Amino acid sequence: MKKTSTPMVPAGRAPGGEPLLVVDDLHVEFTTRQGVVRAVNGVSYSLNPGETLAVLGESGSGKSVTAQAIMGILDTPPARVSRGEIRFRGTDLLRLPEEARSRIRGRRIAMIFQDALSALNPVFTVGFQIGEMFRVHRGASRRDAEKKAIELMDRVRIPGARQRVHDYPHQFSGGMRQRIMIAMSIALDPEVLIADEPTTALDVTVQAQIMELLAELRRESDMGLILITHDLGVVADVADRIAVMYGGRIVEKAPVHDIYRTPAHPYAKGLLDSVPRVDQKGQELFAIKGMPPNLLDMPSGCSFHPRCPYRQDDCVTDAPPLYEIGPTRASACHYWREVLDGSHG
Amino acid sequence: MSRYILRRLIQAIPVLLGATLLIYAIVFALPGDPIAALAGEKRMDPDIVDVLREQYHLNDPFLVQYWHYIVGLLGGDFGTTFAGVGVGDIMAGKFQVTINLAVTALVMEAVIGVGLGLYAALRHGGAGDSLILAATLVLISVPVLVTGFVLQLLLGVRLKQAGIDLFPVAGVSEGWRGYLLPGFVLAGTSIAYLTRLTRNSLVEIMRTDYIRTAVAKGLPRSRVVGRHALRNALIPLITYLGADLGALMGGAVITETIFNLPGIGQQLFSSVYLREQPVVVGIVTVLVLIYILANLVVDLLYAVLDPRIRYE
Repeated sequence: MKKTSTPMVPAGRAPGGEPLLVVDDLHVEFTTRQGVVRAVNGVSYSLNPGETLAVLGESGSGKSVTAQAIMGILDTPPARVSRGEIRFRGTDLLRLPEEARSRIRGRRIAMIFQDALSALNPVFTVGFQIGEMFRVHRGASRRDAEKKAIELMDRVRIPGARQRVHDYPHQFSGGMRQRIMIAMSIALDPEVLIADEPTTALDVTVQAQIMELLAELRRESDMGLILITHDLGVVADVADRIAVMYGGRIVEKAPVHDIYRTPAHPYAKGLLDSVPRVDQKGQELFAIKGMPPNLLDMPSGCSFHPRCPYRQDDCVTDAPPLYEIGPTRASACHYWREVLDGSHG
Repeated sequence: MSRYILRRLIQAIPVLLGATLLIYAIVFALPGDPIAALAGEKRMDPDIVDVLREQYHLNDPFLVQYWHYIVGLLGGDFGTTFAGVGVGDIMAGKFQVTINLAVTALVMEAVIGVGLGLYAALRHGGAGDSLILAATLVLISVPVLVTGFVLQLLLGVRLKQAGIDLFPVAGVSEGWRGYLLPGFVLAGTSIAYLTRLTRNSLVEIMRTDYIRTAVAKGLPRSRVVGRHALRNALIPLITYLGADLGALMGGAVITETIFNLPGIGQQLFSSVYLREQPVVVGIVTVLVLIYILANLVVDLLYAVLDPRIRYE
């Protein structure tokens, strides 16, 4: 079902049964006037076809920077990938020449951005912007491109697609604009879709519809979906696995249900505890104490230690590795057992 | 849309009346008697003076004189000079020269300004960008008088002495080539401003989310810049160019004098000197009209370029 193929990156399964996409020990730094900001510090995750991976974390945790590195749309400079690999079907994207890389971008790996109003060009019709994918990548005629654009708008369930294809982004509601963004990203049946906070700018009711649409599109193909969010509520129903990021590192990886039942990292546990619950109405909301780390001046040892209720002396000096705590789980906490026990209790 | 245009044109009427009244009053207030000036040093026969004063309504109060002028203007009559020549005839030929000059300047502005701005924006922070920024700053700081005479000497005189006859020193006897040098001099500061405007808006636009989207769509860089970025950058540029057309025509006085071009700038200057009231008022009226129309066209283009703007 995948039609495009770039000579540099083979279609089909990678040798050795490697997953569709592997981010391996990725380091990204930004050179700023105040110094070097290490935005991503050794992040590794993988994505299989047909799978949804949620990357969870607060602003500045490095989740979006990782995604932009995968897309190859980081501003370089100031950004620089200093170490690591991003393997797409076994080929390291970071080593590909720009020309080969641009043949993957948009076609085989596509991305949806947070605020569709600012992410769509205000002076072109939505039909033009969706159809552009076919015109540029497939050499389609203006008329064919428009026909494809209408089909896609139908597919993401924009009512009256035929009449609205000549409208401009500002003439649509927030939810409809995000659907247009989605239509544009799935135009060429990408193998990987990265959704960077796709629902953050939307009303809660519309959020659910957009998530449902994404889940449905993922089911219809064997596309891998990376869902970047800071909102725990969004991921529970659609994600298969979760990677929680903090201070440019992954602190916990787990199948979605495990992490909801029994988080193994104090930060993940804190996030879950701070979700408002109906059965605790009237009680004070739980909040993780302190502030997110300053990326210019990261705490020693475990970067979460200044905010951590489980902190011991060695947390201040020794940075914990990502411990394998089960066949499908990992936690970057020296005291993950205590956290797990606390979760059970 | 047509209702909007009609409304704008109606709004132009008081502007036009106000501008003519103002300039009419200023010329009226100038000391000296135009009829006496007509005769120069000689004394005139008082009977002839009386006839002339009557013919030109000079004995009437100011507002009555103005009223006579406006009524004539509405009938397309710009009046006659005290020497008996129709003002409309004087202006027709002169405006042709000035329009040629202004359009030459505008084209140079658009081509050079947008070109340099685009180059600087794509290399922003680099050596080429810094050089262009410094050069435009110099161009903005140096008055037209200086650039005019310097270029006239270097490109008009010295180049010809060196055997390369590209730019005529002055006049329009050699056709369109005579407009190149004065056109550049007239456009000078505008080229500099437009370069900076183009550069700055493109640099800003290249940082927007929708440009990031265009890159993520896998579009070639030429299309990202040439289509997605430039199309948005055009909006402020067109505004500037349109407003500048009026300024260029009005600002032609000095340039036309330096390069001895028989345009309205030169005419305006000599008419003020000779106190040819109808010519001065006529030229200013037409300039105001051009200014108003240019602004209307810019506003309409604005709606074409930016779909978020709609006129009811």
